Amino acid sequence: MPAALATQSLEKHFGGIAAVNGVSLAIEKGARHALIGPNGAGKTTVINLLTGVLRPSAGRIVLEGEDITALDSHHRVRRGLARTFQINQLFLDLTPLETVGLAISERMGTGWQWWRLAGTKLEVTEEIVDILSRFRLTDVMLERTGNLPYGKQRLLEIALAIACRPRVLLLDEPAAGVPEAERHDILATVAALPSDVTVLLIEHDMDLVFSFADRISVLVNGSLFIEGAPDEVARDPRVKAVYLGESLNA
Amino acid sequence: MLTILFDGIAYGMLLFVLACGLSVTLGLMNFVNLAHGAFAMAGGYITVVLVNRAGVPFFPGLVIAFAITALLGLLLERTLYVHVYSKSHLDQVLFTIGLVFMSVAAVDYVMGSQQVFIQIPSALQGRFELFGIGIGRYRLLIIIVCGILTLGLQLILSGTRFGSRLRASVDDARVARGLGINVNNVFALTFAFGSGLAGLGGALGAEILGLDPTFPLKYMVYFLIVVTVGGTSSITGPFIASLLIGIADVAGKYYVPKFGAFVIYTIMIVLLLLRPQGLFARAAGK
Amino acid sequence: MDPGSIKQVSHHFANRARWSAMEYAFWLAALASIFVCGGYWTEISPLFANRHLILTEIAWLGLFALSLDLILGYAGIISLGHAAFFGLASYIAALLAKHAIITEPVLALVVSGFAAALLGFATSFLVLRGSDLTRLMVTLGVTLIMREIANQIPEITGGADGLQGVVIAPILGLFQFDIFGHVAYVYCLVVLFVLFLLARRIIYSPFGLSLRAVKGNALRSGLIGISVNGRLIAVYTLAAFYAGIAGALLAQTTAFASLDVFSFERSADLLLVLIIGGTGYLYGGLIGAVIFKLMQDWIANLTPQYWQFWIGLVLVLIVLVGRDRIGTATAMIRTSVQRAVSRLPVPALRVAAPPAEGR
Repeated sequence: MPAALATQSLEKHFGGIAAVNGVSLAIEKGARHALIGPNGAGKTTVINLLTGVLRPSAGRIVLEGEDITALDSHHRVRRGLARTFQINQLFLDLTPLETVGLAISERMGTGWQWWRLAGTKLEVTEEIVDILSRFRLTDVMLERTGNLPYGKQRLLEIALAIACRPRVLLLDEPAAGVPEAERHDILATVAALPSDVTVLLIEHDMDLVFSFADRISVLVNGSLFIEGAPDEVARDPRVKAVYLGESLNA
Repeated sequence: MLTILFDGIAYGMLLFVLACGLSVTLGLMNFVNLAHGAFAMAGGYITVVLVNRAGVPFFPGLVIAFAITALLGLLLERTLYVHVYSKSHLDQVLFTIGLVFMSVAAVDYVMGSQQVFIQIPSALQGRFELFGIGIGRYRLLIIIVCGILTLGLQLILSGTRFGSRLRASVDDARVARGLGINVNNVFALTFAFGSGLAGLGGALGAEILGLDPTFPLKYMVYFLIVVTVGGTSSITGPFIASLLIGIADVAGKYYVPKFGAFVIYTIMIVLLLLRPQGLFARAAGK
Repeated sequence: MDPGSIKQVSHHFANRARWSAMEYAFWLAALASIFVCGGYWTEISPLFANRHLILTEIAWLGLFALSLDLILGYAGIISLGHAAFFGLASYIAALLAKHAIITEPVLALVVSGFAAALLGFATSFLVLRGSDLTRLMVTLGVTLIMREIANQIPEITGGADGLQGVVIAPILGLFQFDIFGHVAYVYCLVVLFVLFLLARRIIYSPFGLSLRAVKGNALRSGLIGISVNGRLIAVYTLAAFYAGIAGALLAQTTAFASLDVFSFERSADLLLVLIIGGTGYLYGGLIGAVIFKLMQDWIANLTPQYWQFWIGLVLVLIVLVGRDRIGTATAMIRTSVQRAVSRLPVPALRVAAPPAEGR
């Protein structure tokens, strides 16, 4: 059975620097896979490559058996690959209602319709309400996104990706910058994701990583360092060394 | 044909002197100054008044025009432009277009709308032959003066402390401020100098380009082409771009007069399509 | 599933698109101007003098500004080259009439509009990438090329003198253009209204919503499946069509076409018109056209030769004061007038409260 998402020797060079160097990942369908590593290791670059925001210098990206390396971002989304951003990338002037509605109507193929009034298709409206209630955004759904508190914006960020009904979801530090009081909501949402959705999670919060992931990859200086089940990775002394900056031979 | 090349080089170097101030301004403060041509026009008209009416000799006239235009630039920068730096590009465009309209109408009112000429010393008039190339004396002067200016600019940029401060500020203003460089002063001085150069270029170019109140509008496109094609991270880029445009324009108008003007615009569009950030800009932008 | 929420959502979208009292008032005033400003009642008062000529200019200028709003206000593309589409259609409409290729004005209008749309489509890829400055340059370059082309084929375009000898046949074979400008005005107003309705429909459609998303965050739009380039090309082509119609209206109502349709001043003036009125709410172009034309008329009467100076001054002042401050001020005026009008004891005017957020 082909992996849900796989990369083959993925590379990205900026000038003389290799931000991503020969990364080969294979993520099984339905997996809860975490990608961790020190700051600057290249994790977000990997996500950018996977989603088409950046073009790789070398290597291939395969989504459910199909080579998507040459596809534009929006085509990858249509093939079932969605992501969230570490720093919220939202439509500040739109409401959560409109935001989620956009993703849903685009997915249903009605995004190009110019003759119809937006918001009159019942299936879209029902799904909007469903998603917004699952993410506890119903009370703010008519507010301008830019006016929402950060925690709500973060929930919307994830809700937006979910609205694309992805088969593979890439979460880039979903709990980043969220105040302690609201972290619980985020974590609960991440845990409640449907089990047939494959999730690749980038996180620094180790509690979240170890409670969520069934497989962990460690990225250091652009290369895959270690990969394995959570307890293997947790016990490996090299991982600690890498995070603490000690020499690998110590 | 070599005569055409010669004329093209003269034209190109003149364009460079006119446009390099704009290039540095854009690269330094990310500010789109469409009114740059107005300073050139000012320099031209000041020289007209000095040389034709006040009897000042040609070369001192040029120097005084440079100084006055530079002062004018400094004044406008400190009083008006400084309020517009933080605004969007659209606002900057609107603002500077407004300034252009005002300056064009003002000059029309004060000096009249007909084309004016500067009385060039007789030593600079006419042409002579050298190895079969027709060399216009005035164009030769332009090449020499602009060449010296270009070398001087390059020396200032790479050899002086001001030059390093300027290059640092262009590269990353925030970091430069953090290092203690007074970026605002750097910019004021650079803007003044760039405007002065534009004024000098306008004075030098009156003979070749034609000086009338619509000068800023007519030539604004050329300056913008130099800057967008040449990029803003060095002066080599605009220099080469200016030469290319100068030669292409002169050659185009000579060989294919019907389409001469197109050559420039088409080259610009093609180049911008291939490399939207300019021919010589660094890859990672602000 | 909460039926209350679903109803709330549907109402929200329906209310957003509902015609407000101000909108009705605007178009009623436009309709009234056909009769009130036609010079029919000058015996009663000189206030009722014939103003249809300037109103015709306001009409097509408003349409031109509306077309710029489509790309600037709704898609975020800064263009100094919108005059390219305006000018192309202007010349085509004049040529179609002069050489009797298509004599019926409405048909010629549509054909000219499509020609402009074609040019828009062909040049749309130029504005897809690059910074603001690149887009400015490239759009300006296209317009200048068009001007050069027109200048270089005087046998066809009349060159610097303009295209003479254009005769416009009666509209639909029935309505002959008259010297008072009545027919021209009604023609322009009707065309403006129809195209406005179309634009309004598009803005409130799913497509229109996606445009606002693209303008707000193009990166995120792509990553929720929206084809950003596709949207930009579509709206750019549409805007070119609208600009073309405006240009063709100019040619048909003046029976003339000249090089200055491509001038930089025209593109710059257009930006000013839209800025005065405000971007992103469709009426900005129309209101801006009214204010600009009245201002231009007034200034030109004072200083016919140097009015450009005052236009420049207005631009400088607008930027220094701050477009957003002007925008907020006019928005506040708008909403308070809207609320006042909806409180009037006239049932037909009592519509839903003006929508709080984006239109």
